[in-house]
Amino acid sequence: MATQQSTGSTLTRAWANTALPTLGAILAVALWWLVTVALHIDPFFVPSPADVLDAFMRDPGFMMNETWVTFSRVLIGFGIAVAGGLLIAVLLAASWTVERMTMPLLAAINAVPKVALAPLLLVWMGFGNSPKIVMVVLVSFFPVIVSTMAGLTSTPADLRELGRSLSASWWQTFVKVRLPWALPQIFVGIKVATPLAIIGAVIGEVVSPDHGLGSVIVGSGSSADTPLAFAALVLLAITGVVLFYLIVAIERLLVPWAAAIAS
Amino acid sequence: MITIEAATQTFKARGGRVHALQDIDLTIGAGEFVAVIGRSGCGKSTLLRLIGGLLKPTGGRVTVAGDRVTTPRRDVAMVFQRPALLPWRSVLDNVLLPVEIFGWSRAQHRRQAQNLLEMTGLGGFAKRLPHELSGGMQQRVSLCRALIQGPKVMLMDEPFSALDALTREELAVELQRIHMELGTTVVFVTHSIQEAVLLADRVAVLSARPGRLRKVIGIDIPRPRSFGHNAHLEEVAGASAELHHLLLAEEGAAHHPA
Ligand SMILES: Nc1ncnc2c1ncn2[C@@H]1O[C@H](COP(=O)(O)OP(=O)(O)OP(=O)(O)O)[C@@H](O)[C@H]1O
Ligand SMILES: [Mg+2]
Repeated sequence: MATQQSTGSTLTRAWANTALPTLGAILAVALWWLVTVALHIDPFFVPSPADVLDAFMRDPGFMMNETWVTFSRVLIGFGIAVAGGLLIAVLLAASWTVERMTMPLLAAINAVPKVALAPLLLVWMGFGNSPKIVMVVLVSFFPVIVSTMAGLTSTPADLRELGRSLSASWWQTFVKVRLPWALPQIFVGIKVATPLAIIGAVIGEVVSPDHGLGSVIVGSGSSADTPLAFAALVLLAITGVVLFYLIVAIERLLVPWAAAIAS
Repeated sequence: MITIEAATQTFKARGGRVHALQDIDLTIGAGEFVAVIGRSGCGKSTLLRLIGGLLKPTGGRVTVAGDRVTTPRRDVAMVFQRPALLPWRSVLDNVLLPVEIFGWSRAQHRRQAQNLLEMTGLGGFAKRLPHELSGGMQQRVSLCRALIQGPKVMLMDEPFSALDALTREELAVELQRIHMELGTTVVFVTHSIQEAVLLADRVAVLSARPGRLRKVIGIDIPRPRSFGHNAHLEEVAGASAELHHLLLAEEGAAHHPA
């Protein structure tokens, strides 16, 4: 990264950051299309890109709307997971006692298969948005906690010594040294959690279908409309990519120094 | 300025107790530059941490400006072996870190921070991030960060040992200039006899396990001193030879517990 910044021009960087991924995606779609055509695969099993596009174009407004429903559930749930995860991690990092008391519990909660919880959430919260959002939170909060804890406890010894020699308070050390130092690692956790958040939303929608891409997939199953299911999957994948790069952008904004340090 | 009386420090380690320092007595006057030299592990850093209030001695006492040291003081600044800069802060903001932590006015110290940077030849780098600077420049920044405290005492723990030989000499000469200009009391831990002879009014030689004060020798060479060519080659050679002898003869001395 840093070597590119110093040696490559802006143009080559723009090429590397946008053109290459686009090219990769085009090649992948071309390969997919080639395989379905060359092997005469029944669209009922694996539709070709053209079939999928057709399915999408039957009602693009509807599809975009369902995408938005899922995306907004992911955003809200993920926002809660990140904020909550950060808060919990800070509390755990602040108190050794609290950490010892609750960390095993949190790990245990994380080990419970969330799919198994979905019917329970249905019983507790009924239909609508809340059980889906709760599922997103449940699935994605743990990596944020773990990475934040790791970041907060990885302050280098010389920086800790500096804080001590200046008699910095716990809060000052936390805000001025430990938290900024932890940010790159926190973002690692957040990036790990993004696909989980989308999976969480889809689990919620599949278990109690109302709206959203998960519900579209359930509906396409009952009408044997495989191309529609694939269209929903592609939209989910795109949602994941958008969310991921959104987070990368926020990271660049908040920790522009991280890339330079890592090299 | 600094008095150390019968200071003893033992650590509880896994393999039993470690006697890091034993009965150290040393008085350092205001404005004096004292170098502390000794082999690795003989307790130099421990001594500095005692003076800085980062450690409480298990025996004896340490005072700075007449007060017993119990916690770090604002008029005692530390410079470590590594620059310990915050990578997300600009050079200027790194220098202003103590000001923020002490709750002093940033606006009032900004000018001074800029002056310090200019004094160390970093005037044009105030807005840069630490990773854009060389190791020597980073260590200069950490020197400025110590100086902004307006310290009466500077405690420096092998501040130049991570740098290449040329940068080391350059910084040592610069430190001498700053010391002459500001008159701060300095305790300077080093492995380098050459550095000690260039900088110090007195050199305290520690022996290892347990760390004891072996000898304090005075360096009576007029300042400013310089490496290489100067009019006092004989004195320099004499002091260096004596220090060499003290450090090398240490093996024998260490076998006679008093
Ligand atoms: N916190 C600690 N716990 C246990 N032992 C310690 C601790 N700090 C230092 N020691 C021990 O005390 C002795 C002196 O350590 P110190 O760091 O003061 O040596 P030093 O002279 O600074 O060495 P160097 O030149 O390598 O920096 C060593 O044997 C070290 O292992
Ligand atoms: Mg040391």
